[in-house]
Amino acid sequence: MRGSSTGRDRSRAVALPVLLSAVVLVTAGRSADAPDTGGAVSDSGSVTVFAAASLRDSFTELARQFEQENPGTRVVLTFAGSSDLATQISEGAPADVFASADTRTMARLQDDGRLAGDPVDFASNTLELAVPPDNPADITSLADAARPGVKTVVCAQQVPCGAATAQVEELSGVRLSPVSEEASVTDVLGKITSGQADAGLVYATDVQRAGEAVLGIGVPEAADVVNTYPIAFLTDAADPDAARSFVDFVAGPEARVVLEAAGFGAG
Amino acid sequence: MTGRALPRWVLVLAAGGALFVILPVVAMALRVDWPNFLALVTSGSARAALLLSLRTSLAATLLCVVFGIPMALVLARTSFRGQGLLRSLVLLPLVLPPVVGGLALLYTFGRRGLLGGSLNAAGIDIAFSTAAVVLSQAFVALPFLVLSLEGALRTAGTRYEVIGATLGAGPWTVLRRITVPLVLPALVSGTVLSFARALGEFGATLTFAGSLEGTTRTLPLEIYLQRETDPDAAVALSLLLVVIALVVVGIAHRVRPLGSGAVARGVRAGG
Repeated sequence: MRGSSTGRDRSRAVALPVLLSAVVLVTAGRSADAPDTGGAVSDSGSVTVFAAASLRDSFTELARQFEQENPGTRVVLTFAGSSDLATQISEGAPADVFASADTRTMARLQDDGRLAGDPVDFASNTLELAVPPDNPADITSLADAARPGVKTVVCAQQVPCGAATAQVEELSGVRLSPVSEEASVTDVLGKITSGQADAGLVYATDVQRAGEAVLGIGVPEAADVVNTYPIAFLTDAADPDAARSFVDFVAGPEARVVLEAAGFGAG
Repeated sequence: MTGRALPRWVLVLAAGGALFVILPVVAMALRVDWPNFLALVTSGSARAALLLSLRTSLAATLLCVVFGIPMALVLARTSFRGQGLLRSLVLLPLVLPPVVGGLALLYTFGRRGLLGGSLNAAGIDIAFSTAAVVLSQAFVALPFLVLSLEGALRTAGTRYEVIGATLGAGPWTVLRRITVPLVLPALVSGTVLSFARALGEFGATLTFAGSLEGTTRTLPLEIYLQRETDPDAAVALSLLLVVIALVVVGIAHRVRPLGSGAVARGVRAGG
């Protein structure tokens, strides 16, 4: 910019950065009612939890109970796929606690040096066959889902539920030929509830949560393929004490009741 | 810099806007594992996804051209009750989140959808097929063609068409010799935009068509999946998609001057 600019020009040039900073400041807060824990100043009494999408209902309830038992402490929850959350944490997202739907993703963060201490396994999940309520393809077993003409949907091998699916196939000797390999178990469930697919392998907790929308069919071999959910608090936690007590709470007996009601097994 | 002088703050804001778009692309390029780039983008699954993406996007673009040109003509050259409402509805996919578009397609063409039963009776089952991908892409890409073409038709006006008609040209001749040449640049850029939008389609495909290598897993879906386990592959494929998009847009800009020439010729022929 040349020195000939007028005062008005200059004030406009100044106004832009001010305006932009204002936009960033206004939008950077996570939500209007959530205190910001991302700053350098320790904001005691607030825990930001990043949790796997399958934990949404249970953790919402657990956070409510935790807040009740610890007045003045707020739990701020964010739910997404474990892998997405791990990537966000690696890129510097301000999380205090991370609960993953598999040990592999947690190990990735541990290798990155993001965990304060070892993760605790607090829940487990197994696969089940889900079919639309009217069961149009007459599925009663995993072998039925492998019949030609049956539209079966599974998770892709790259995601935890897909890795578990491959193990179940191996244990049972049933070779599925899926019409789709989804990137998330939610997408598998969606294809069943909408009636697009005849059958799909999802978690027992998904079947429980879907209620009337799907019919669950147990797969004996799936009992041996257990997906473990670890939880850990992070090195960057703004309030390590609050983060640690939330982790202890989730791994404790009160939380067990809530998790079992949602269909989770022991950790 | 040549051209008319602009207030300095316009340049500052424009530079800010350009940086906002360019910086993320640069940041992505910096993350690429360059020594393995070629191996990453030519792996079996990457090739299958790229080929599927190009095939389906071309098919979707063809659908957009076949149905979009008549739609734009009707919107620009006729007037009837409820036209404004119809225009808003046709442009709806532009503002709908793609996932919502996918759900809407599911409720229409899905096995339990509005037309699902009739399609089934006719022996057509598009669930989890490549056709479902093409439908998703055409659904989100169509408004781009209609919008740019309708705008060009309105700007071009009906002057030459009226003169052509008074000189004895029939509707088909007027359309072929005057209207289409006049708006050819917009038609080309609208077509290219549709193609680019189809290429980037993700949400509707994921919701409506599923994800299976070689059948429904397009490049964006492959990137989404690879990101789970192989971020390097995801970044490399993302950059590939950016390069393809740039090439496509670049081609569109090269075609434009030719298009303008055609307009001039069309106008002379028509006049």
